[in-house]
Amino acid sequence: MKINFTINGINKSVEADGDSPLLWVIRDGLDLKGTKFGCGKAACGACTIHVDGKQVRSCSFPVKYAEGKQITTIEGLSGSESDLHPVQQAWMEEVVPQCGYCQPGFMMATAALLAEIPNPTDEDIDNNIINVCRCATYYRMRKAIHRAAELHANAIAQQ
Amino acid sequence: MTENKKQNQSKGVKRRKFLKYTGAGLGLMLGGIWLARNPLRRAMLEMGETTILPYQGDTNPLLWLEVRPDSSIVLHSSKVEMGQGTFTGLAQLAAEELEIPMERIRVQHATTQSGNIDGMSTGGSMSIAALWTPLRELAATMRVMLMAKAAEKLSLPPDQVTLKNGVFAAGGKSLTFGEVVEGVTDWDIPKAPPLKPRASFRHIGHPIRRVDLREKVTGAPIFGMDATYSDMLYASVLRPTHIDAEITNVDTGEAEQMPGVVQVVREADFVAVVAESQVEADNARLKIKFDHQPNRNWNLEDVLKAVTVGNGKKTVFQKEGKAVEDISGEGEIIEMEFRSPIGAHAQIEPNGAVASYQDGRVEVKISTQVPKITRAEVAKALGIDQKDVNIIPTYLGGGFGRRLHTPHAVEAALLSKAVGRPVKSFFDRIQEFQNDTFRPPSHHIMKAKLSPEGKVLGLEHQFASGDTFFNSALDPGISATVLRADFGSVRGGALIYDALPHRSTYYHVDLPFATSFWRSLGLLANAFAIESFMDELALKTNQNPVSFRLDSISDENPYGVRAKKVIEACAERAGYRDTVLNGRAMGFAACIDGGSPCAQVAEVSIEDDKIKVHKVTAAFDCGIAVNPDLVKAQVEGCICMGISASMFEKMDLKDNKLSPVIYGAYDMALMKDSPKEIDVILLEGVDYPGPVGEPPLGPIGPAIGNAVRRLTGKRLTELPLDLNQKNTADPA
Repeated sequence: MKINFTINGINKSVEADGDSPLLWVIRDGLDLKGTKFGCGKAACGACTIHVDGKQVRSCSFPVKYAEGKQITTIEGLSGSESDLHPVQQAWMEEVVPQCGYCQPGFMMATAALLAEIPNPTDEDIDNNIINVCRCATYYRMRKAIHRAAELHANAIAQQ
Repeated sequence: MTENKKQNQSKGVKRRKFLKYTGAGLGLMLGGIWLARNPLRRAMLEMGETTILPYQGDTNPLLWLEVRPDSSIVLHSSKVEMGQGTFTGLAQLAAEELEIPMERIRVQHATTQSGNIDGMSTGGSMSIAALWTPLRELAATMRVMLMAKAAEKLSLPPDQVTLKNGVFAAGGKSLTFGEVVEGVTDWDIPKAPPLKPRASFRHIGHPIRRVDLREKVTGAPIFGMDATYSDMLYASVLRPTHIDAEITNVDTGEAEQMPGVVQVVREADFVAVVAESQVEADNARLKIKFDHQPNRNWNLEDVLKAVTVGNGKKTVFQKEGKAVEDISGEGEIIEMEFRSPIGAHAQIEPNGAVASYQDGRVEVKISTQVPKITRAEVAKALGIDQKDVNIIPTYLGGGFGRRLHTPHAVEAALLSKAVGRPVKSFFDRIQEFQNDTFRPPSHHIMKAKLSPEGKVLGLEHQFASGDTFFNSALDPGISATVLRADFGSVRGGALIYDALPHRSTYYHVDLPFATSFWRSLGLLANAFAIESFMDELALKTNQNPVSFRLDSISDENPYGVRAKKVIEACAERAGYRDTVLNGRAMGFAACIDGGSPCAQVAEVSIEDDKIKVHKVTAAFDCGIAVNPDLVKAQVEGCICMGISASMFEKMDLKDNKLSPVIYGAYDMALMKDSPKEIDVILLEGVDYPGPVGEPPLGPIGPAIGNAVRRLTGKRLTELPLDLNQKNTADPA
């Protein structure tokens, strides 16, 4: 079937089996490799993207439900190459990634959290950031999430 | 070319060998041990704990370092980047001797056809340690080569040319690196000059930002699973779902009819579906019907029974004291048993490879820790020459030892050959959990004899475990015969408390499923047993666990002085106290791994009947920290991964089926479980860099257990630590 959606601000029309996970359409159909496969069962969060601003684990999201939706992946999180999203900036400042494979999923989950709770407490972070990082970079990630909230607030204040 | 130049060149070629380390190959080394047997066997096993295996690879600077026309440098790394920060550390070493700013150097993986092949793989936390001198010499040699060319181009003697911040200057004129190399085709490779003195380091020892940071925060396609070829097909390989069983009666009829299927390929060792997309390949593979013929029935209790001290091949590898039972005189024998479970790697990027076979040549893009072995295996399976195989290593989405085995490279290559198009072949998550090369389970008996005055008359560690190094891709095949004890499983098993009479005995058990390298190897389990028992002895003899450890390490211990400093520094930094305060207790533990001592204090409470780790303080001596920030990142990561492994993770086995097969069910530490505070201090006991990425995994489990002992009075003796576990030891 034909499915139409907007991804990172660009209108796309894809031909796919409607039950195919959105993840593979993004990775192999649209060649956006920043969204990762980890488990295929929505258990690790490596494939986290935004669908209409909400975080979704794309490995378990049938592409047919993307019809007419606004999708954002890590490639579209920042406005431009030179202008990183506050979450990415904070990740750079705190030097969070080690192997880096799961990090796009964490950054997407964090961006969605900040959109909902601009200044999350440690408890908010514990309850909402439930992806898996095998390098276990959680300690720096928590610092980066707080820092991202600060950067986010500063950006809003400047506007 | 003039006669003179020719001579210079041939000299140059000879001189290329000047950097080659004379380190004996592992096979040769093992052969030597075999001749002398037991005493040397013991020495070898102890050495295996601390030896830095030297770099064994090509030493031509032109293969390592490429000067681009824009004056940037590309470092073609023979070590792979799996998160440990090796690319950044190596870039710092090279930039230091090349006298260039950090932003001018890029690092990429060397392909096997670019000639820079590392015989020692990437593992054992040895990359920076092994390349510390060779890479700086290579870069320094390159600098001298560039200096000579710059002088030639400026028509001035080399000693009048200066190099500062990446620019050559003399007589009021200047040249960039790009201008120096422009048009040059012949290079004479001179003798390596003296290395820069420590005082003039500008990059080494500084917290330089990771060279791969931006790619990793923008989601760049850098991993094995992101690799592609145009016209690529997708494969899904049928893999065992049961251990110790043969797959029989494979019926691919229905699979062949599934949409998108291009071909069902049957090779000697496997069956795979090749399809137009990943989803179609996986869906079709799930339609393959097959049976299992188990050789025998296996349950977890069978494995635990097999892995029990007394079973298997026995090797006494520390003999600086009698067996505790043989110590004469009055006294009490204290004995405790410990166990660690089967551990999964659970790295998030699954295993797999992308291969393109064409006209007797094959290229494989893959996350591998062993490009050289991957190449040899692919060449052998395809019956082609190794020079016709190009392994292109990618960034690894986690290594942890799992990528030391790459038979999936062979599968992808064979499949590409079979279908005549490039093929991408990856495990799914269930296959990952069912076909991991697990951390072997272990059983430990710790014993001590105490005099009536409470003096420790003897300390003994007996333990049993399965393969780590044996039967691995790195094993030359004779290790089991020669060594008897698997030095991977033995890692961390030697008692460092040499002021006490001590003895260690290892029992090697064959298991019915693959076990191998898991970050820190035997250290995780061995440190848990030893450090929990040391804590118990301190309690039993009314001693402070910190001073008890300090008193138990002699100054003759080659790492003793450094270890004691680390132990003292950690206790002081944490403000260690042996009492419970406001519901929180501190647990202390230490280890020496790969020659790098590490001590940790865990601050723990019990909340809702669960163990909660609030803060961890770590002191770590890895010698020179080439990049202190990334060393700290490794310590923090080890602590959180160690919390995961020692508080949550375990595999089960029922009727030959390993489980769980998915994250979540395979319980791992998440954000909520990681400590809010981690305080790392670095000591520098030697003037060279030692191992970083594994030693800090040792102390965390026992540090938590030791804190729990103070909170509850219960000694937890099994990993993962669980307040409700049945097998606890009686309070001392």
